[in-house]
Amino acid sequence: MSEMLIKNANVCDPVQGINCETMDICIRDGKIVESVSGSAKIIDAEGRLTMAGGFDGHTHSAGKINVGRFMNPNDARKNLVPGLSGQVARTEKTRAQVGYNTPNTYAIGYRYAKLGYTTICEAAIPLLAARHTHEEFKEIPILDKMGLSLFGSNWQVMEYIRDKEPEKLAAYVSWGLRASRGYGVKIVNPGGGEAWGWGKNVSGLYDPVPNFDVTPAEILMGLAEANERLQLPHSVHVHCNNLGKPGNYATTIETMKLFEKINPSRDRQALHVTHVQFNAYAGTSWRDFETGAPMVADYVNGADHMTFDLGQVIFGPAVTMTADGPVEYANARMLHEKWSNQDIELEDASGVVPLFYSPKSFVNAVQWAIGLELALLVKDPWKVMFTTDSPNGGSFVNYPEAFTYLMSAKRREEVISGFSKMAIDRMVLPGIDRELDFYELAVMTRGIQSKMYSMPEKGNLKVGSDADIAIYDILPGQIDPSTEYAKVKKAFSGAAYTLKDGEVVVKDGEIEATPKGKVYWVNAKVPANIDIAMQKDIDVKFRKYYTVSKSNYMVEDTYLQKPVEIATEGVF
Amino acid sequence: MPVIKDAVCSFCGSLCDDITVTVEENKITKVGNACILGHSKFVGMFEHDRIETPMIRKEGELVPVSYDEAIEAAAKILVKSRRTLSYGWCSTSCEAISGAIQLAEETGSVIDSTANVCHGPTALAAQEKGSPSATLGEIKNRADVILFWGCNPVHAHPRHMSRYSIFSKGFFTEKGRKGRKMVVIDVRKTDTAKLADKYVEIDQGSDLLLITALRSIVNGHEDVIPETVAGVPKAEILELAEILKNAKFVCVFFGMGVTQSRSKYKNGDAVSSLISDLNQHTKAVMIAMRGHYNVTGFGQVATWETGFPMAIDFAKGYPYYNPGETGANDLLVREEPDAAIISAADPGAHFPQKAVMHLARIPVIQIDPYANPTTEIADVVIPAAVVGIEAEGTAYRMDAISLRMKKLIDSKFKTDEEIVKDLTAKVRELKRGA
Repeated sequence: MSEMLIKNANVCDPVQGINCETMDICIRDGKIVESVSGSAKIIDAEGRLTMAGGFDGHTHSAGKINVGRFMNPNDARKNLVPGLSGQVARTEKTRAQVGYNTPNTYAIGYRYAKLGYTTICEAAIPLLAARHTHEEFKEIPILDKMGLSLFGSNWQVMEYIRDKEPEKLAAYVSWGLRASRGYGVKIVNPGGGEAWGWGKNVSGLYDPVPNFDVTPAEILMGLAEANERLQLPHSVHVHCNNLGKPGNYATTIETMKLFEKINPSRDRQALHVTHVQFNAYAGTSWRDFETGAPMVADYVNGADHMTFDLGQVIFGPAVTMTADGPVEYANARMLHEKWSNQDIELEDASGVVPLFYSPKSFVNAVQWAIGLELALLVKDPWKVMFTTDSPNGGSFVNYPEAFTYLMSAKRREEVISGFSKMAIDRMVLPGIDRELDFYELAVMTRGIQSKMYSMPEKGNLKVGSDADIAIYDILPGQIDPSTEYAKVKKAFSGAAYTLKDGEVVVKDGEIEATPKGKVYWVNAKVPANIDIAMQKDIDVKFRKYYTVSKSNYMVEDTYLQKPVEIATEGVF
Repeated sequence: MPVIKDAVCSFCGSLCDDITVTVEENKITKVGNACILGHSKFVGMFEHDRIETPMIRKEGELVPVSYDEAIEAAAKILVKSRRTLSYGWCSTSCEAISGAIQLAEETGSVIDSTANVCHGPTALAAQEKGSPSATLGEIKNRADVILFWGCNPVHAHPRHMSRYSIFSKGFFTEKGRKGRKMVVIDVRKTDTAKLADKYVEIDQGSDLLLITALRSIVNGHEDVIPETVAGVPKAEILELAEILKNAKFVCVFFGMGVTQSRSKYKNGDAVSSLISDLNQHTKAVMIAMRGHYNVTGFGQVATWETGFPMAIDFAKGYPYYNPGETGANDLLVREEPDAAIISAADPGAHFPQKAVMHLARIPVIQIDPYANPTTEIADVVIPAAVVGIEAEGTAYRMDAISLRMKKLIDSKFKTDEEIVKDLTAKVRELKRGA
């Protein structure tokens, strides 16, 4: 039995409605408890800001990121955020580290932990390549991990939707999650991955997918229904059609509206829309491109069935990586950049392209503004998850920098003062004076994740929760983030303490210990007769079309480090 | 008698995973579905001499010792060395590779894979222009034009054409071979070329010229093409470009004829650019015909653990990468390493003479199931179980799909993974002692 007492913690824990109140936190055997004995080890927080461990609910940190590393060896040497990037020699405690946008696996674990983050959700696992994702998970130290499995251009999914077989579809989704050891259903540019198999794309929700006679809207509704039938802990997680195109805000709102009729089977949203910054563009071309954030925010403010995340842009180099294959090809051609692509048989597409966000480019400046506009114009922080879609909008190591944009209008003005007039004319950010407080920031970086992923033991400091805790060198009553943003950034860049399952993993911004994290996956129960009928259909797929055997497709137990199986009961 | 289904063949980069193996009294007596190469690997184990015991060279002769003695001798070499080259690691599991990388990190070594003399330039090309690719099933199900460039799958990847490419039948390719057009570009009429609908024979070392000409045509600049390029008449190049442009789905499979001929990585760079340009007209992808069954895996594991796919120098404590400087042959030709650890590869047979001469001068640790020319210059020889037959583990197919290799029979030999683990533990122990 190991016990710890964190004294004088200034606790900011929105899940419990605690807003910067000084209290003690008791820990026993990795969990938060009511009280501890007198022999507990004591950490004196000295009134410093204390939050649950951060939870990145949408990051590209295992799997596809390896393509990014492979094609960008130059990234390994980039050290744009000293202490959180670049080459670092091995020590007795830590493995060697490299990289900025695409760090090696060890650096990912250490650097998230330094930011006070303790859980990450990999945003895209191709079913067929899931083993690879889990191999990388194993080498990411400290953090708990989970991932979302891709279903949006899957042949079996599209056929079941076309043939109106909702029960078999749910059984297939359950099987796919089990095969890939995934946590939830990811849909990327529904139908677009299949169209990209022929070098094409779909243009919107009602543009039929070539050869499959279904529309993106039908794919979304079919998978949402299956998701709720299986009572999965997360809603469907959607990357909308038309990403990155001027005028796409309309498709985004249309997609959000579609889900008004979906009844969530659990106490959470019916829809999560991801990296909305890339999907909130107005205008008709790059010439008249402007922000579409006010329209999207306006809709979201009146809606109560959904959550979204930002995909905030960080100026400087980034590496885009997505299952949206056609978008990456378009990026590469437009930017004259190198282009990697990996289409996955029967399932999806993907691509990777490096790029550079420059404040001098009016398009990039407006993109930067859109992310912040979304966060600030949407009134209820419980609808907003903070992300940079790392490393698509920028590397996660820039989160502290981005927090200052959210917390200080003055800091924003400083950045905006470097923009061209054309850029400023196309955004609404200069007119927004809202500044987030620590409570709202905690909602967006840990609280909402707890709710949207149905993980009551994460993202909060309730009795019974995991003792994943971050203490930052900030005295909440004595700092004005609006003006003292440099201090805020410094404090969030290297936690005074990060605890993982009650163990001190970071102290004064340096790695103290590197325990192995857990891997969460969802096992949704399906009636045997429906499962058997579904298996017959996929047996045909394996016999005729896949190039791997069904038995070799399933991710074996050996690839899961400290697995946590979340069981759900399907309703049939 | 146990029959094991869906075994993964650990021979070539095709990594066929539909092999049926019959095991009787811990021997493989029957192998179903494998090609001749795979069959020889599964059955040949019982026909070829293994390295039967760990050995240490004493007074010029390799003499049998125990595993512990060999590990200790190897660890002493590593601890004493100031510049170790760790090389090979492609015909083994990802788990062993991961261990080897950690050992290299802890000993400040340079670690490199057989890609150094194979598809290394393909990685460099991807770093220049990216790698527009797809899984092999995409080719099976969609490709109507398949171009084999500088590769000879009939001999090197015998089941490739029936399982994944030209002869296979898929969802949109029900007619199989009849519905596909096969193009081969090579410097000689190989057995693969004999099967082609269109064979284009080019002058040796002129691949880059032909790719550039094709790109010019695809991009609408056929007027700049001279009458003959790479020994091929302009009319034929125009015809080839039309085949590619008018396809529904093109795949270019390329081999060492592209990567190791004149212009090296510039060839792969140009192929990548050609694929990008072709996608203005049709759908096109490229896939490297990787040789060793897990050379792709080395690249994958090294990339996620160190940031780089090969030629990684840990001398500074962090990974440093500069192929041309930190490649295995670069080091050996400069006579830089003072010790080498070589696993699952045979530089003794395949490296340039100057590199081998330096290897012969320095202490060499070899980890391998079989003796090969490298054994002749090795000072510590550690026999290993055959991965995919006597040991399980992960391997990556040429299209970067990973599969779990099964253990089919028991072995008295330690696995590569165990050997590396033991060696690392011993190195740590010796270092602590020092």
